[in-house]
Amino acid sequence: MPETNYDQEMAFFVDMQRCIGCHACEMACAECETNGQESMIHVNYVDREKSPQTTVQVCMHCEDPTCANVCPADAIHQDEFGVVHSANTSRCIGCSNCVLACPFGVPKKMEEAELMMKCNMCYDRTSAGKKPMCATVCPSQALFFGTKEEIERMRPDSEPVNSFLFGQQEVNTKVNVMMPKGTHQLIIP
Amino acid sequence: MAKLPVSVDKIIEKHGPHKAYAPQTGFQGNKEPDKLVKTHCCYCGMQCGIKLKVKDNKIAGFEPWEEFPFNEGRLCPKGVMRYMQNNHPDRLMDPVERVEGKGFKPVDWEHAMGRTVNEIKRIQEKYGKDAFAMLSGVSLTNEKSYMIGKFARVALKTANLDYNGRLCMVSAGGGNKKAFGLDRTSNSWADLKHAEVILIAGANVSETFPTLTHYIWQARDNGAKLIVVDPRMIPLARTADLHLPVRPGGDSALFGAILKIMVDNDWLDHDFIDNHTTGFQDTIDAVKDYDLDWAEEHTGISKDLIYQAAEMWGKANTSFLLHARGIEHHTKGVENVLSCINIVLASGRIGRPYCGYGTITGQGNGQGGREHGHKCDQLPGNRDITNPEHRKYISEVWGIDEKDMPGKGLSAYEQIEAIHRGEIKGMISICFNPLVSLPNNNFVREALEKLEFYVCIDTFLSETARHADIVMAGSLHEEEEGTVTTAEGRVVKINEAITPPKNTRRDGEIIMELAARLGEKDKFDFATSEDIFNELRVASKGGTADYYGITYKKVVDNMGIFWPCKTLDDPGTPRLWEDKKFATADQKAHFNPVSYRPASEMPNKEFPVVLTTGRVVSQYLSGSSTRRIGKLIDQYPEPLLEIHPKLAFQYGIENHDLIKVKTRRGEAEFPAHVVETIREDTVFIPYHWGGKHSANQLTIDNLDPVSKIPEFKVCACQLEKTGQKGSQHLTDTAYQSSL
Repeated sequence: MPETNYDQEMAFFVDMQRCIGCHACEMACAECETNGQESMIHVNYVDREKSPQTTVQVCMHCEDPTCANVCPADAIHQDEFGVVHSANTSRCIGCSNCVLACPFGVPKKMEEAELMMKCNMCYDRTSAGKKPMCATVCPSQALFFGTKEEIERMRPDSEPVNSFLFGQQEVNTKVNVMMPKGTHQLIIP
Repeated sequence: MAKLPVSVDKIIEKHGPHKAYAPQTGFQGNKEPDKLVKTHCCYCGMQCGIKLKVKDNKIAGFEPWEEFPFNEGRLCPKGVMRYMQNNHPDRLMDPVERVEGKGFKPVDWEHAMGRTVNEIKRIQEKYGKDAFAMLSGVSLTNEKSYMIGKFARVALKTANLDYNGRLCMVSAGGGNKKAFGLDRTSNSWADLKHAEVILIAGANVSETFPTLTHYIWQARDNGAKLIVVDPRMIPLARTADLHLPVRPGGDSALFGAILKIMVDNDWLDHDFIDNHTTGFQDTIDAVKDYDLDWAEEHTGISKDLIYQAAEMWGKANTSFLLHARGIEHHTKGVENVLSCINIVLASGRIGRPYCGYGTITGQGNGQGGREHGHKCDQLPGNRDITNPEHRKYISEVWGIDEKDMPGKGLSAYEQIEAIHRGEIKGMISICFNPLVSLPNNNFVREALEKLEFYVCIDTFLSETARHADIVMAGSLHEEEEGTVTTAEGRVVKINEAITPPKNTRRDGEIIMELAARLGEKDKFDFATSEDIFNELRVASKGGTADYYGITYKKVVDNMGIFWPCKTLDDPGTPRLWEDKKFATADQKAHFNPVSYRPASEMPNKEFPVVLTTGRVVSQYLSGSSTRRIGKLIDQYPEPLLEIHPKLAFQYGIENHDLIKVKTRRGEAEFPAHVVETIREDTVFIPYHWGGKHSANQLTIDNLDPVSKIPEFKVCACQLEKTGQKGSQHLTDTAYQSSL
């Protein structure tokens, strides 16, 4: 792996309350040449009939990534900085195990290419000391890339949370979700 | 003959709109561009900084410009995709001429110019100078806006020049001039961040000015309360402290009632009112009967909510009030604006840190373009074309005899009416797509068909350009240097990233050549955009919009300069009125009494539902460029009729049902989008599309008497089920504006 300037103090934060559903993140993500005009981040309405609320789903970069654990071809690699990379194209067999297993529903199988693709935290940018493209352009800063201290100072009513309980499975992630102050874990029954 | 030369579908086949997508691996050079050019987005009034990647004189992509202080790299989907208008297959690569039965054929510039000038001369000799009119637009730079104002008066010698800002924020400009004597947002957006209360009326910020959202969310992190006044639960209203779902047309009733509550509770800044304003007593007398029962009836907002909003606003120490087209697009647009200004002045919260007020200008140069002589009643520096001193000064700058300076002309929609009356026979337009953006647009189409000669300067064959005799292939935003003034009053630099394709020309060069051929070469002898700007500086000197102290170098060095900037050592003015000396004759801010009156067309038994219009985040204005960018189209492919489930139930309407909407002016069909996020008595249709999907077939063409802005935001309609379902979104071709 080439030498990088990946700053481990920098983290990714998602704040659904701020999301305005504009899709700038998707448009910008798709511009990356490795993504082939497909976005690796997804904006969806929760229930448009009732509200304009949208959610944004990005790879959470789990500390113990389920997608990598279930991959029979050992194609998904987590690097020393905790970034979980898209399946290695020479290894991926397009089996969709990762698609089915991810608790957040992140990886997508690109049917045309028979390959799994997902966010790699804009490795080309973050490894060069830049912010990921989606968090750079996000006009509401529902996507934020910076230090934990920074976001705690700027958003005193919110708490970054990176621990999730899916039934019995506890998942800790590199990406944080901003929750009301005092929240420490998100429990999904 | 400004009729379509062939069927609209044949025109579309050749000139689009077609959806364009980037190649899967991006455009050539995206990874290793020749250069990155710092400039700004071509769309809204935020004018976000952006870097364009250039390879082999083509735009290959973009890179966020994180150092630009307003947006720090942030962009909306339109900003991200703006570069796609370059490389576009629909781009006009030559001037074209209408050929009956054939369509449009490429012609050389000599022919395009020669025929245009002959037609101008023929029409003006036969019918008089004012029979040839000009329509312009404020996506153009300050330099082009200024030069077009001069071109119309000095070269065309017509009074009838107006611009598409007439459908944008002219009622805000009218209100601001009456109250403050000057037309600009009073503060930079930085003052939003620490305002205690932010009141946003009729501004769908997160869809129309997405990058301003960050400032509002930051303010809320700092404890700000947010009040949103809008008939729909727009994304910004979803988490607002108070959402006041006003009935379209009820704005001045709401702000009148809030003023009365402020008076009743003495939530007033007496020192400010006594020492720095006039007209307070008359203004509060006008609202003395606007009690909560009355207000609830006329606004459609519950009494509780109105009172809570008044209390939140009234008791604040710092605040920012913002409004946009939602309150401005009315036959009482100026009155709505003044009713907002009245509650700002009563609070005394202006001219101090975190105390602000302003309109959020819609277009890229909505601010600068409305200051330098683009309007039918205006000369540079926001001077008045009927004021003898102003006429004299500008005539001297332009080197003409004051007697030759035309007088006040007709506003944009009045020009359309004048065509129908046979008073206007020829027209030149640039940067304006009235067939999509003007109200009651069947009437507009009929007007275009009556013109003896119509020439259009554009980069694409817009819906309006389809009716032209000659279309001159002009330049994209990234093909000509200049400046624009953002919605916060910051003059910023637009840089030429690439040169225009071979047989197209910069807009500025087209205007200059036309002027030369009309015999005024010496007055349009500019070698560079900076030359034009330097003349603009002098022309604006001493006016309320004074740019004299702004130079290209200062703009670049400081990443923007806020006007007024009167001398070369003046750093500019991000926050107005800190000295409490207003730009009125008596240096006081003026309260203006506002008595509520209903919209020009209220619902009745025959037309029982209120129709209002607006925008979506993925499209820009008339869609002339954004309806050609594949991903922006796919995000929201066709206009939908937003309707509340309760109203839908009354008609037996279900989601996706195709509904015929009828008004006194026209009818059109739209798929229903049944959502609880709109008032029960109101339906909403976005207006970016032309042809049979155009919402502006339905809207009303009644104008505000002061500002001449049309009442896009309220008319009365009928709904009728067609028994059909709407088309499948992604296969829809609404973006093409077929008939």
